[in-house]
Amino acid sequence: MDTSQGNPMMDDSITPQPTKDGGPRIDCRNIKVFYGQAEAIHDVSMSFPDRAVTALIGPSGCGKSTFLRCLNRMNDTIENCRVEGKILMDGEDINDADVDPVLLRSRVGMVFQKPNPFPKSIYDNIAYGPRIHGLANGREDLDAIVEKSLRRAGLWEEVKDRLSAPGTGLSGGQQQRLCIARAIAVQPEVILMDEPCSALDPIATARIEELIDELRNRYCIVIVTHSMQQAARVSQRTAFFHLGNLVEMGDTGQIFTNPREKRTEDYITGRFG
Amino acid sequence: MDWLLIALIAVFGSSAFFLGRMRAERLLMSTAGRMHSRPNYHGYYVAMWATVPVLAIALSYAVFGEMLTRGQLARELPSSFSRLSPAELQSYLDSVRLAAGSAASAGADRVFEAITNRYLELRGLVNAGTLVILGLVAAFGIVWGQSRLKSDFRARALVENGMELVLFLCAGVAIATTAGIVLSLLYESLQFFQKVSAWDFLTGTRWNAQTEAEFGALPLFFGTFMIALIAMLVAAPIGLFSAIFLSEYASQTARAWIKPILEILAGIPTVVYGFFALLVVAPGIRSAAIWINETAIQLGLASEPILAAQPTSALAAGLVMGIMIIPFVSSLSDDVINAVPQTLRDAAFALGATKSETVQQVVVPAALPGIIAALLLAVSRAIGETMIVVMAAGKSARISMDPTSDLTTITVQIVSLMTGETGFDDPKTLSAFALGLVLFTVTLAFNVVALRVVKKYREKYD
Repeated sequence: MDTSQGNPMMDDSITPQPTKDGGPRIDCRNIKVFYGQAEAIHDVSMSFPDRAVTALIGPSGCGKSTFLRCLNRMNDTIENCRVEGKILMDGEDINDADVDPVLLRSRVGMVFQKPNPFPKSIYDNIAYGPRIHGLANGREDLDAIVEKSLRRAGLWEEVKDRLSAPGTGLSGGQQQRLCIARAIAVQPEVILMDEPCSALDPIATARIEELIDELRNRYCIVIVTHSMQQAARVSQRTAFFHLGNLVEMGDTGQIFTNPREKRTEDYITGRFG
Repeated sequence: MDWLLIALIAVFGSSAFFLGRMRAERLLMSTAGRMHSRPNYHGYYVAMWATVPVLAIALSYAVFGEMLTRGQLARELPSSFSRLSPAELQSYLDSVRLAAGSAASAGADRVFEAITNRYLELRGLVNAGTLVILGLVAAFGIVWGQSRLKSDFRARALVENGMELVLFLCAGVAIATTAGIVLSLLYESLQFFQKVSAWDFLTGTRWNAQTEAEFGALPLFFGTFMIALIAMLVAAPIGLFSAIFLSEYASQTARAWIKPILEILAGIPTVVYGFFALLVVAPGIRSAAIWINETAIQLGLASEPILAAQPTSALAAGLVMGIMIIPFVSSLSDDVINAVPQTLRDAAFALGATKSETVQQVVVPAALPGIIAALLLAVSRAIGETMIVVMAAGKSARISMDPTSDLTTITVQIVSLMTGETGFDDPKTLSAFALGLVLFTVTLAFNVVALRVVKKYREKYD
């Protein structure tokens, strides 16, 4: 593959913008989110380490998805939603007026609760991001990016013979891996996942979890999940949200075996939520 | 008589209901509360027997009562009337009926007065007969219905069936009307095609139905197509873009204001659009065309006028019609664009697509089948539109690519053929039915295709 020379996407040895290993990739300070007058997130400060999975857990409506959507400014697309506070990524506040949300989102990919492939072919689904950002030099390069992304998402073997088939025709689990491949294709540094397995069966869920574990070596991953087992299985750090507050954050092992807060303990032992 | 009938039916129905319910309540007591249906349903059941047959009779009275009276009266008329033609006889009887309706019939000639009195007598007889029959049938219905009530009688199921039948009949009225209209169109068109060959009609280029018998409808098809095309050139981009603005860009408040205002356009009567086209747009186009002609001649680009510059023109009618159908396109497209799941937009935004990239590459392609359907519906609306073209398109049947010349359309010709003196066996009148059939077929085809596209599209996201 001569054409792929010089394209960082093609070189496994290069990880995007390496920081001090395990150091914070994203640092959030005093985040408040308002929907109209109602405050949905109350003064949350936390950081996300690079090359690790951070899980956000908590009962429905506790603000974990809202908080996740702050990290790539998806809340901008919601009318009357307002975010206060600083979110530093590589020392730069992403809410700063100079930061273009379009460029930010190319660095912070996102995977949604329900698989949402475009009604286009599998190939075009993956190629969409690289195309709009001009990441590929010519057709062969694009082909290589598509293959690489599908391989990383563990989908290549299943779809390599039908790349021109519509992405909506795949099974739910395959669609979700397609969406992950689509996010990877833009070469993000951070991947946000909003309950990526809630619409999937246990087998498809297991595949996605394996995938998340592999992707951890390359990206900073933040995952919102309702399943505490999932959080325990895939994450290294866990944050527990309740009623818009960050109750507790720590190493996953510590949170699940020895929580400091009573509310965390009640939640993980199933006493509420 | 009409009000009396309605009142009677109401009385029969309510008394039957109470009688039935009373009987059912007695049954309920005697069987210690073990009955299949609740007493009300027994009441409804008896009421159905008391009213449905009576309604049928009342309807047939409304249809045949007058006919019956007239038939008898015509038989009793003096022999001198036998030389009247059926049509003359009918108009004579019409005047009798009119005179019978008003008290001031005195002063007319004696024969007429005698006939009028006899008419009143006969009508009284028919009315009385109807009332007697109604009463008997209602009484029989009540007795029959009552006799069937038992503790295990399934009145509830039967009432449900009765309701279903009533609803079905109402739906049937609409279907039957459509079928009737289509059949009459077909029948009259066939009569026309016996006089003029269908091939000549569809492919002939000379249309002169009013004066000479020339029925080549191609110029009409051309005019219809041309004006619909101009209208779509206006309505498709404006309607579609305003739909995209409304659904993707406008804030909630802007949307709440703009959408209703846009929809007001759909509420303006077409005749208002018509005189707007005739008095404002057409003269404007004419002066513009004249200016172009003069300039072209002055500049030496042409030696004679290039544009027809007529006082009514295809362009005027088409432009105004385009404005008229903007709300159709925008409101239907807005619906289908809104039906595109938000998750697709989120997916594109999360990949770093800008708003316009998302709209162009994700939202519009996903909504495309629905948008096409909206455009097809708008085309069929443009083809069938009448008032604007009658006022602003002109009446000359010609095939001309010059949009400033006047053209005529199918609908304009139907209007002019059906107004004024018409005879039903005249090919001139019959040709209007043939035109109507063509129009109906084309718009039906457009609607069917559009609805199928919409349906297919819905299946994809639900």
